[in-house]
Amino acid sequence: MTEPKTRTDSKIQLTPDQLEEFGTEMDAIRQRLVADLGEQDAAYIRNVVKRQQQFEVAGRALFYLPPAWPLAVAALSISKILENMEIGHNVMHGQYDWMGDPKLNSRMYDWDNVCPGEQWKYSHNYLHHTFTNILGKDRDIGYGVLRMDEGQKWHPYYLGNPVYAFLLMVFFEWGVAMHDLEVENLVKGTRKLEENKALHAGIMRKVRRQALKDYVLFPALTGPLFPLTLAGNAAANLVRNIWAFNIIFCGHFPAGVATFSEEECEDESRGHWYYRQLLGSANITGSKLFHLMSGNLSHQIEHHLFPDIPARRYPEIAGEVRTLCEKYGLDYNTGPLRTQLGSVARKIFRLALPSRRTSSTDSAPVVDDSLAA
Amino acid sequence: MTITERILGSRTLAALASPHGVDRYLEMVNPMWAATEVRARVVDIRRENPASDAAAVATLTLQPTSTWRGHRAGQYVQVGVETPERPGRRFTRCFSISSAESGPGERFTITVRAHDEGQVSKFLVHEAKVGQMLHLSQADGEFTLHESAATPTNNHLLFITGGSGITPAMSIVRTLLRDGYDGRANRKVTFLHFARSPEDQIFAAELAEIAAADNHVDVHLRYGDHRFSEFELRRLVPDFASTDTRACGPAGLIELVRAAYEDSDRLRVEFFKPPTTVSDDVEGEVSFAASGRQAANTGASLLEQAEALGLRPEFGCRMGICFSCVATKTEGTVRNVLTGEESSLPDDEIRVCVSAPVGSCTVNL
Repeated sequence: MTEPKTRTDSKIQLTPDQLEEFGTEMDAIRQRLVADLGEQDAAYIRNVVKRQQQFEVAGRALFYLPPAWPLAVAALSISKILENMEIGHNVMHGQYDWMGDPKLNSRMYDWDNVCPGEQWKYSHNYLHHTFTNILGKDRDIGYGVLRMDEGQKWHPYYLGNPVYAFLLMVFFEWGVAMHDLEVENLVKGTRKLEENKALHAGIMRKVRRQALKDYVLFPALTGPLFPLTLAGNAAANLVRNIWAFNIIFCGHFPAGVATFSEEECEDESRGHWYYRQLLGSANITGSKLFHLMSGNLSHQIEHHLFPDIPARRYPEIAGEVRTLCEKYGLDYNTGPLRTQLGSVARKIFRLALPSRRTSSTDSAPVVDDSLAA
Repeated sequence: MTITERILGSRTLAALASPHGVDRYLEMVNPMWAATEVRARVVDIRRENPASDAAAVATLTLQPTSTWRGHRAGQYVQVGVETPERPGRRFTRCFSISSAESGPGERFTITVRAHDEGQVSKFLVHEAKVGQMLHLSQADGEFTLHESAATPTNNHLLFITGGSGITPAMSIVRTLLRDGYDGRANRKVTFLHFARSPEDQIFAAELAEIAAADNHVDVHLRYGDHRFSEFELRRLVPDFASTDTRACGPAGLIELVRAAYEDSDRLRVEFFKPPTTVSDDVEGEVSFAASGRQAANTGASLLEQAEALGLRPEFGCRMGICFSCVATKTEGTVRNVLTGEESSLPDDEIRVCVSAPVGSCTVNL
C-alpha cells in the first residue's frame, strides 16, 4: 500500500480557458443524458422499488419464524439499504422528478430514515452539493464532529477522532438527523438554540414515526416474538448504518481528495464548479451489485458532477469522465472498497494527532475549545 | 366507509408501509386496489363528433377505485397518463367531468377534445383503449351549484358556454334533471351554447331531447360566426345580470360575458386558459436565472414569457390548478392573473402559468 498522500494542493491546475472548455465538455455530457432520459430509467427505478418492497415484505414476514431470524434481518437490511441509497437518496435529489410520478418526486418522498427528508434536502442537496469540500462552508467535512482535513486546526478534542468515527458509524442515521442542528456551532456560540426550534419539531415527528414502525408496531404484530422482532429491526437499522457510513466516507475522505478555500471559490465559474466537484470526490470500484447497493454512490465523482441525473447513468459515463480527466491531467480518484476504506481509516487516526508540520491555513477548528473543557 | 377502507386508509398502516405507502403494495397485486390514491379504468370510449372535421371529442367512462369520493356537478378531475410518445413520463391535465354527480366509487365520464398541442387529450381521445388505467386526483373546483334538485324553487339559472366548455354545465343540467321530480330541473334553466358547427356540436342528441321535453330547461344553440352579444342575451333573459350565471369556454367568450355583466356578483366563470392580461403599464425586465435568459417584460404570464424565449419549463394545467409549474421567484413582484393578488416576497414559490410580472422580476427557470 502506498504511503497516504498529504492533502492535494488544490491550487488551480488549469488556466481559465481550459476550465471553460472543461465545463463545456461536462455540460455536453449532461445535455446528452438529460435528452436521453425516458422509459428505461423509469422502468429501472420502478423495478428497484418493487424489489426493495419484496425484500421488505420478506423481512417483516420472516420474523414470524424464529429460526429464520438471521434471514429476516438480512432481507430487511437489504431493503433498508436499497431504500436509503438507491431510492431515497436519489429520488430526494430530484433525479426522477421528470417522471411526473408523485410517488417518486423529491417534493413528496420522505425516506426510511430518522432524518426528515425536508431537512436533509437542505443540508445535503443545497449546502453539501453546492459548497462541496469548501472548508468552513461544507459541513460534511467531518460533519462537525471529526477532523477529516488538515485545514481543520487540531485541538485535543480530536484525540478521540477514531472513537467519534466509530460512534458515528453505529448511530449514522441519528448523526444524519442531528446534522442540521449544527451542534458544534451551538457550542461555539455562533448559532442560537432558538434557530433550531423549527428543526426540533420536524426531527421529533420523524423520529416518532420511525420508532413507532420499527420498535412498536412491527414487533407488536409478531405478538410473543416482540423482543426478537425488535432486536431484528434494530439490527437491520444497524447494518444499514454501517454500510451507509462506509460508502459515504469513501466518497470524500480517501487520501488525495482535494479541499478548497472560500477565497478560491469566490465568483466561481461553471468550469471551476465541475473541477471542484471532480477533485473533491472519490469513487469505489466494484461489481454491478455493489454499485446498486451503494445507490451508485460508488460513482461519487459522477454523482457530484451531475447530482440530479438518475444515478443508474453514472457507470455509463464514468469512462468518458475519466478520459476527460486524462486530457486535462486531473486526478480521477478511484479504488476498490478495501483500499479506499483503509485510506479513510488511516486519515481518521492520523488527523487525531496534530499535523507534523504546522499547516499554513488558518481555518477555524470545527470544534471550539469550550467543548474539550 | 367500510371497515376495509378504514383500515387501509389508517395512519397506522401508512406508518407500517412507509416510506412508499400502502398503495404501492396494493397496486402490485391489483391496479384497482387503492388505499388513498385514486386510479380509474377506462370502461367505455365514445366519439362525440364523428362527422366533424374539427378536433375530435370523445367521452370516456371511468370506473374509479373505491377511494374516489364522488364529485359535485361542475367539478373537474386531474388525469395523469404516460403517453407512448414520451414513455416513462406521466403528464397530468385537468378535465371537466361531464356526467351527473357521482357518489363514492361510482362511475363517471369525462369529455375531452383532442387539442393539437394537448399530449394528454390527444392520447385519451385517439389512443386510449378500454381497460387503460389512469391516475386521478379527487374531484375539485368551485364551478358548482348551491342548488339541489330536491326542492323546487323559482330561482332562475343561466349557463353560457362555448365549445368544450359545455362539459361542466352539462354535468350540472344532467344532475338537475336526474335528481328533479318527473324529469324536471325544478327551476327555470336557460342554456346558451356556442359551437363551431352543428357537426361539431357535442351532446347534440341529448341536447335536442332536453330542448324538446317539458322540463324547465330552454336550450339555445348558436353556430359558426354567431358571436355572443349582450343584446341577444337580454332578449333571452331580460334580467340576466341578477340571474345566477355560470359561464365556461374560451377566454374570448368569457371576456365578452364579463363585460356584459360588469360588476354583477351573480356571474361565475371558468375558462380553459386564463386570459392574457396585458396591463397598460408593462415595464421592466424578466430574468430567468437558471437558464441565464432575460427579456423585456411583455405583461404575459411568466410561463408564456419563458416559452417565448425558447425555454421549456414544466407545466400542467396552465390554469393555476395542478402546481406542476411551481418555480421560485427570487426577486420582484408578480400578479396572480386569476385573483389579481400581488406577491413581492423574495424566494416565493409561484405558479408561473398564472403569474405575470409587475415590473422587473427574476424567476429560477
